[in-house]
Amino acid sequence: MTARSPLAKIVVYALLAVLSVLFIMPLAWTISTSLKPADKTMVLPPEWWPHPIVWRNYLDAVTYRSKELGYIPMVRYARNTLYLAILSVSGTVISNALIAYGFARIRWRGRDALFALTLATMMVPFPVTMVAVFSVFRHLGWIGSFKPLWVPAWFGSAFNIFLLRQFFLTIPRDLSDAASIDGCTELQTFWHIILPLSKPALAVVGLFHFMYVWNDFLGPLIYLTDERMFTLSLGLQAYQSQHGGTEWHMLMAASLIVITPLIALFFFTQKTFIQGIALTGLKG
Amino acid sequence: MTLADRRQLKHGLAFVSPWFIGLGVFLLYPILASLYFSFCEYSVLQRPMWVGAGNYVDLAQDTVFWKSLTNTLLYAAFALPMGLIVSLSLALLLNTGVRGLAVFRTIMFLPALVPMVALAIVWLWLLNGQYGVVNNLLTRNQLYWLLYLGYALPVAAVVGLWLYDRLALTWGAARAWAAGLTSLAAGLVIIRLLHPESGPLAFALAERFRAIHQGPPGWLADPAWSKTALVVMSLWGGGNAMVIYLAGLQDVPAHLYDAAELDGANWLQKVRHVAFPAISPVILFNLVMGIIGSLQLFAVPYVISPTGAPDRSIYFLTMYLYDNAFTYLRMGYASAMAWILFIIIFGLTLLALRLSKRFVYYEGG
Repeated sequence: MTARSPLAKIVVYALLAVLSVLFIMPLAWTISTSLKPADKTMVLPPEWWPHPIVWRNYLDAVTYRSKELGYIPMVRYARNTLYLAILSVSGTVISNALIAYGFARIRWRGRDALFALTLATMMVPFPVTMVAVFSVFRHLGWIGSFKPLWVPAWFGSAFNIFLLRQFFLTIPRDLSDAASIDGCTELQTFWHIILPLSKPALAVVGLFHFMYVWNDFLGPLIYLTDERMFTLSLGLQAYQSQHGGTEWHMLMAASLIVITPLIALFFFTQKTFIQGIALTGLKG
Repeated sequence: MTLADRRQLKHGLAFVSPWFIGLGVFLLYPILASLYFSFCEYSVLQRPMWVGAGNYVDLAQDTVFWKSLTNTLLYAAFALPMGLIVSLSLALLLNTGVRGLAVFRTIMFLPALVPMVALAIVWLWLLNGQYGVVNNLLTRNQLYWLLYLGYALPVAAVVGLWLYDRLALTWGAARAWAAGLTSLAAGLVIIRLLHPESGPLAFALAERFRAIHQGPPGWLADPAWSKTALVVMSLWGGGNAMVIYLAGLQDVPAHLYDAAELDGANWLQKVRHVAFPAISPVILFNLVMGIIGSLQLFAVPYVISPTGAPDRSIYFLTMYLYDNAFTYLRMGYASAMAWILFIIIFGLTLLALRLSKRFVYYEGG
């Protein structure tokens, strides 16, 4: 629905300009604070342009050590988070692709009933299963290790199964039939025909799971006990709870270190990203 | 079963096999186990001990539980409709064929990328009562009055538009506009009447309206404002829903708009009678996701204050659940809360799906 009259156009652009400023302002202020010297953060009226610009804050946020300030082992946290992300993203992509293939491309007795059950569980929020899942991992002796945070990713998740199944269903049946006439087993058809055609959908699943791991707070909070194993989100919160309220320039620098990789990732994968979000909404 | 059928079954089960563990160990067993735990005293360290409905009886008398439950429902009651109005309005605005759509969309989507923990920390600083940049802008520019419009403007606008829509066909567009604008104005006048110093209705004021004129709100430090602060944050980071709405709007076939235009529909009527019905399944999807998400809000308020300070005003159900399970090691009690949360989410989702039958339109369905 295009705005055609000049007046309508002016109104639309004016609104967009105001809204853009509102949406950008919090991030701009974060960046500004992160570049200020300590004694300039709490100044009235607020200064938007840091002077002098202290790039060192970022280095300090990563490496600074002192009794009062503490020190945020960001590099270690980032390594932990990446380790978890690699293991869970690969698990999510592989397991959900396999499972979705079983639901979408093979006809077997009980399939539709199991799929209905799968859909029904999509609504169950993590806090509901949290206590019992914790007790399972406790029996396995996994509390305090990374395992509870990545092993489940290798056993599928309802939403991703649903998403990939919908995608696999759109691939013409003839392709599978041709492959099977040529002597392909199911696994070969899956690997050589379906997977290459599903790269966009797999990318969406992987990308969103990466975001999820980077963002996840409750999981690491429950399972990780050793501070050296913290993820970025958990580490950032731990630092804030000890030093919050004063060292704002450090906190903003540290926050930006956590935020920036995601924004960079977004810019590199923008198309997949936006399509992926639209896909989850429209196909769901 | 023929031989082929059996082979199919074998293959199907082989591909799906990881999901049997996923579904069983991480979903079905925990759901049933937490139901069992909810009737037990259970500290993880010892075996669960059956106590019947004891946990539920205790919960009914637990004032902290009721506080966290009311907080959660109150937050959802504001965050859900505001989220719907704001993200849908942004999508409509972006869908007017503007140049630089990708740039504007990126700007408004960017905050949705910010991880919850970082989002909470950033807003703690922005909303700092003394040095926060938000309060500073409000104070310096005498923009307090904006705060009156916070919840009222969207609601008044929706009511005004609804009235317009009802009256437009029978009364003609001009008079319907008048009626809609009148109700919008009336809404704003009522708010003005609630003005703490000069408003005749001042005696009926909530604490918050009085507070505005005694200085800028303390946001996260003031129980009367802390939930509003969380709603603001959720709107800022709500770009996902906006992108979904926008994608839905872009899929609406142009010939539907053309047909409506031939019948003399204006922009507003095309939005209401063409675009909304066409994207109603998307609205329903976002609504259900919103219900599930807002009722299990955890990370943001926990980072702001693990105890839900000030005055437990941002102590939500999931936070109390977490504390019971992992701070007080009352896993049975926590499981009972988990089940109540589950039933609430399930009930509200069912309600949304049931109500949706009346207004959701599925093409070809």
